[in-house]
Amino acid sequence: MGLNVENLAARRGDDLLFSQISFELKPGEALVLTGANGSGKSTLLRVVAGLLRPEAGHVSFVGAADGEARPAGEVSHYLGHRNAMKPELSVDENLSFWQDFLGDSDGGKGLSILEAAEEVGLGGITHLPFGYLSAGQQRRFALAKLLVAYRPIWILDEPTAALDAAADRMFARLVSGHLAAGGIVLAATHQPLGLDGVKELRMKGFAGTVQDIAA
Amino acid sequence: MMALFLRDLKLSVRAGGGALIGVLFFMTVVAVIPFGVGPDLNLLSRIGPAIVWIGALLSALLGLDRLFQAERDDGSLDIILMQDTPLALTVFVKCLAHWTGSCLPLVIASPLLSLFMNMNEVAIGAVMLTLFVGSPALTFIGAVGAAVAVALPRGGLLVSILVLPFAIPVLIFGVSATYAAVEDPAPFMPPFMILSALTLLFAALGPVAAAAALRQSSD
Repeated sequence: MGLNVENLAARRGDDLLFSQISFELKPGEALVLTGANGSGKSTLLRVVAGLLRPEAGHVSFVGAADGEARPAGEVSHYLGHRNAMKPELSVDENLSFWQDFLGDSDGGKGLSILEAAEEVGLGGITHLPFGYLSAGQQRRFALAKLLVAYRPIWILDEPTAALDAAADRMFARLVSGHLAAGGIVLAATHQPLGLDGVKELRMKGFAGTVQDIAA
Repeated sequence: MMALFLRDLKLSVRAGGGALIGVLFFMTVVAVIPFGVGPDLNLLSRIGPAIVWIGALLSALLGLDRLFQAERDDGSLDIILMQDTPLALTVFVKCLAHWTGSCLPLVIASPLLSLFMNMNEVAIGAVMLTLFVGSPALTFIGAVGAAVAVALPRGGLLVSILVLPFAIPVLIFGVSATYAAVEDPAPFMPPFMILSALTLLFAALGPVAAAAALRQSSD
């Protein structure tokens, strides 16, 4: 049950960016990655999402329904530095495309586009082209993308970039809602999520990594 | 998958999309030929089918570099790569949408441009038919080049050069089928069948090769 990461190592160029990283996240648990710039947070997230090949180790997700291990990427939302939305299309068109294209994973159901827009506090402006919006609004709608299709795992890379204080609280609420529903969150962020029981993994960068999990 | 097709189609007709640019470029290429060659009507009608085909080939290659690069630039490619639907199928659907959005307008514009070249009705019909059948092959070949060059910041010209050798057979059989329809002794069917076979072959190979290239690109 849950997300399993075993002895993960990744290489960037000739250097081993990190090695021997193992953790296990059960439904309802979150792991926050912290560390200096270039310490390998984004790389670790991309390896877990299946977008980069690990040098060693493996990542798997065991679902509640079938008990079979599968690549974690298939059951994950990945929110990277870029929002994966088309500026030429309206927010509505963008979100409904991702809703149809992604579909729901087993064990949950996504919100409607209207509900998701309300959740991120921007209910009235889904008819606007995505490119018209401010950076913060764009990021909020990128978070709404996590809600329109259900995925048990959220992989978030600096999700609160460009967000204001109110949106930080909104984000913390989304994450705790997802965790309460039995989801898993893996995030690289310096913003305290304001949640209990969030594990932290401190990346130490090129000097090899020391794992430091604090409740 | 229908959602992906419709989205790509919408993007190709919205501002900045490739649909209209391709047709305009096609028109430019064909329209300058009579000025360059001179007002020799017989010569124009003789070289017409070849010129229209070359114009269509170049315009089809023009918009291809953005096929995956646009997805990569805004991060959508990452999400597309993560899904459990076979990547080759996703690429196939993207190619179909690109063909409908960028190549079908070329096919529709070709009769008008054929008039510039003083071609008769049979030749115009033949050009349209061969372009309709042959242009999907160009898209599928181009998708491989676009996937290989996806990580390169200015890969546009590179894509065209990479795929040109593979596009040449399509051009040869497209043009020879058109000439066969106009000139009597040559049979129409053999080159036309080979053209159809090329389209089917690249429809099968292209998406698989492009998917493999995209998987490599994320590293």
